[in-house]
Amino acid sequence: MNRYPLWKNLLILAALLAGLIYTLPNFYGESPAVQILPLRSSMKADAALLGRVEDALKTASLNVEMVALDGNSIKARFADTDVQLKAKDILKAQLGDDYVVALNLLPRSPQWLTSLHALPMYLGLDLRGGVHFLLQVDMKAALDKALEAATGDIRSALREENIAYAGVVRDGNRLLVKFRDDESRSKAEEQLKQRFSDYELTAKDQAGELLLQATLKPTAEHRIQESAVQQNLLTLRNRVNELGVAEPVIQQQGADRVVVQLPGVQDTARAKDILGRTATLEVRMVDDEHQIGAGGVAPFGTEMFKDREGNTLLVKKQVMLTGERINDAQPGFDNRNNEPAVHINLDGVGARKFKEATRENVGKRMAIILFEKGKGEIITAPVIREEIGGGRVQISGKMSTEEAQDTSLLLRAGALAAPMEIVEERTVGPSLGADNIARGFNSTKIGFIMIAVFMAAYYMIFGTISVLALAANLLLLVALLSMLQATLTLPGMAGIALTLGMAIDSNVLINERIREELRNGMSPQAAINAGYDSAFATIVDSNITNLIAGVALFLFGSGPIKGFAVVLCLGILTSMFSSVLVSRAIANLVYGRRARLTSISIG
Amino acid sequence: MEFFKIKNDIPFMSYGRYTTAISLVTFLLAVFFLAYKGLNFGVDFTGGTVMEVHYAQPADLVKVREHLAANKLPEVQVQNFGSSHDVLIQIPLKQNVVGAKLSEHVMVILHKQDATAEMRRVEFVGPQVGKDLIENGAMALLLVSIGIVGYLWIRFEWKFGLSAIIANLHDVVIILGFFAFFQWEFSLSVLAAVLAVLGYSVNESVVVFDRIRENFRKMRKAEVSEIIDNAITRTMSRTIITHGSTQMMVGAMLFLGGETLHYFAMALTIGIMFSIYSSVLVASPILMWLGVSREDFIKPEKVETEEVLP
Repeated sequence: MNRYPLWKNLLILAALLAGLIYTLPNFYGESPAVQILPLRSSMKADAALLGRVEDALKTASLNVEMVALDGNSIKARFADTDVQLKAKDILKAQLGDDYVVALNLLPRSPQWLTSLHALPMYLGLDLRGGVHFLLQVDMKAALDKALEAATGDIRSALREENIAYAGVVRDGNRLLVKFRDDESRSKAEEQLKQRFSDYELTAKDQAGELLLQATLKPTAEHRIQESAVQQNLLTLRNRVNELGVAEPVIQQQGADRVVVQLPGVQDTARAKDILGRTATLEVRMVDDEHQIGAGGVAPFGTEMFKDREGNTLLVKKQVMLTGERINDAQPGFDNRNNEPAVHINLDGVGARKFKEATRENVGKRMAIILFEKGKGEIITAPVIREEIGGGRVQISGKMSTEEAQDTSLLLRAGALAAPMEIVEERTVGPSLGADNIARGFNSTKIGFIMIAVFMAAYYMIFGTISVLALAANLLLLVALLSMLQATLTLPGMAGIALTLGMAIDSNVLINERIREELRNGMSPQAAINAGYDSAFATIVDSNITNLIAGVALFLFGSGPIKGFAVVLCLGILTSMFSSVLVSRAIANLVYGRRARLTSISIG
Repeated sequence: MEFFKIKNDIPFMSYGRYTTAISLVTFLLAVFFLAYKGLNFGVDFTGGTVMEVHYAQPADLVKVREHLAANKLPEVQVQNFGSSHDVLIQIPLKQNVVGAKLSEHVMVILHKQDATAEMRRVEFVGPQVGKDLIENGAMALLLVSIGIVGYLWIRFEWKFGLSAIIANLHDVVIILGFFAFFQWEFSLSVLAAVLAVLGYSVNESVVVFDRIRENFRKMRKAEVSEIIDNAITRTMSRTIITHGSTQMMVGAMLFLGGETLHYFAMALTIGIMFSIYSSVLVASPILMWLGVSREDFIKPEKVETEEVLP
């Protein structure tokens, strides 16, 4: 007699039921939708906004399937893409620039499934279409910037303390402060030690010069690089928000790389343009005292940049302020003469630095320089009329309205702490994505049918049991993938097909064992029992070796390969469950209760 | 239905010399082609740009090529991809052109020639990323190998782990040899397939090894070679049926999965074919030569006597 205890049958039933519920959402498909997100993190999507959205859609008498508040966004679902596009335009016009209105797809599954957190599988970019970028942060530039800033800070610190020094120069990764006498050097060392805890200070004499050498401590170096990546992540997030993408992924990968995924983005050129803008922003003083040397050589301590009209200006190397100190920038008008202007709001540190710099440089010109791909361009070079405190700055003069808008967008979207470069790009058009789904689905379907027909023909009833177990495996695997919301990619779909092809191995092992035991003269009931029991150890062994390969692929794989590995590992686990437990339960159901079983149908 | 009704054990081990010779020759050939021709690494590893473009009517490759060459893109590979409407354009890495901008530039050029050109897919990989991927791939291969040897060592004996991994690395080299010989593109998904094969074909060895261990316990008087022959013969039916089933799935991917899955499925197909061969006819002879014996499994029997306890 082959019977499972009640709890085991119930466990299997419960697993299959859960599998069914969580697989269901995948069959309902998706509807076009519009998602409304606040542009700034300080703003919240709330009931009031929901009301505004509902009213706007009602007055336009658009046919809405559903409008709901979900997390920090509002989602509205429509019957077709025509209505979706209309709704997007209307909402964009009604809500203004404070909100991102993005096109999206939402599952059509009924409310009770959604409330169980039963969602369809999360499709990767190669299946739904979209852009994937891998950006590399230029760490050397981040350090360069920190050292350049420290040069200026050391100068002003020594000046504040009235310590006489002969100059501060940068030499590779160290800063050298020159002194005329020993006394001021030791005084400076004491002062600088307190103020610049990130730097290692050593006094040394070189070629008759009294030097104080400052080098970055390794921990500080690490911290600078870390914060450069963080700052860039933040900036990218702001820029992606300007793009209006529904579910962007922006993540750090490794020490110095950032992944950006924009699902469903059609206009990849614009996306690349906005993301790839490797702009960093710096405020420096214009050097009007020196002349450009013969042969276009910039005097020591200065650099040459061109402004928008092509005029060359000499600018000091020392950086007063970088773009990361900018909190907000808005286009507007100068309230004195109504010329277009950009209003900038600086953060606390920025405001203090700006105040100092403007106090010392009244009547001189400062230059706002935009660096792209290592090349700098002066956006504007206004004259400083007075000391500017409080962190509110207005830039005006010789600017068109569009220029004011462009400049403020650039300033607001934030400059990068260090330049970035796109090192990998994968773009998949939406039509290819749909094709990929169809191909992956078709090959799995055809493969499954072939296996099913063959198994049923070769092992008769036991073959059919194996096929049912395989179907349970597919159900559980899809349910698990939906539950975990793991990203399904095309290699992932290949992984589903492959695990199904491999999972049948366990049932073949069992069936062959049963046949063998029958041949050895065992009674049918005993043969079923022996078949399952003795095959089990082999099944575990062979699945574990597969699992080892899967885990290694997961650890070292990137992008689509990771998706394949996840499916492979999960598939191995579900196949162990279904091919052993589920198939045994069915076999018990069919044969287990018959006391005098003389033959079983196993081909 | 039953395909394999074999009464007597097939003396596989007495053919051991020939079968190992055959696999040695295939192995050496594979190594030769790997060294001589090398792998045709895809853009994932070499870096560069790949674009898939769809045309409304069958594309004239020569014209596209000439048009691109006329627009200062001479080193571009243009070929059909799947159908006559689809064109695959491969552009090697260049120092002076910014990689990410290149694809847009090419699309603009293509649109000038034919407005129906539709961008289906762009892949751009910088040189550093490619290098990382190769390193990671090698690390994964190493980790899988160590993991498998370790597991089989614990579960069976070191001789089993060693012979299984030799047999299976031999499969991997042969797959790579095929890719070198035919100059098929070796992409990231092919690498995934190769590693999956490594896990999968160890399966095969494990099933045979399991039987060998069982036979050592059951067939007390038999010679080692007889034990192995019996184990292989008894599992042969399962081997063919299982691999046949897996191959049905892989075959469906090979023919229906589109270009992206084609070489992935191809690597699996070769892997499956050779894993049958190697686990039966390579791993087992090696195991025998390593001197597997009954003592590896059977501990001196405890004599169980009745005890009287107070």
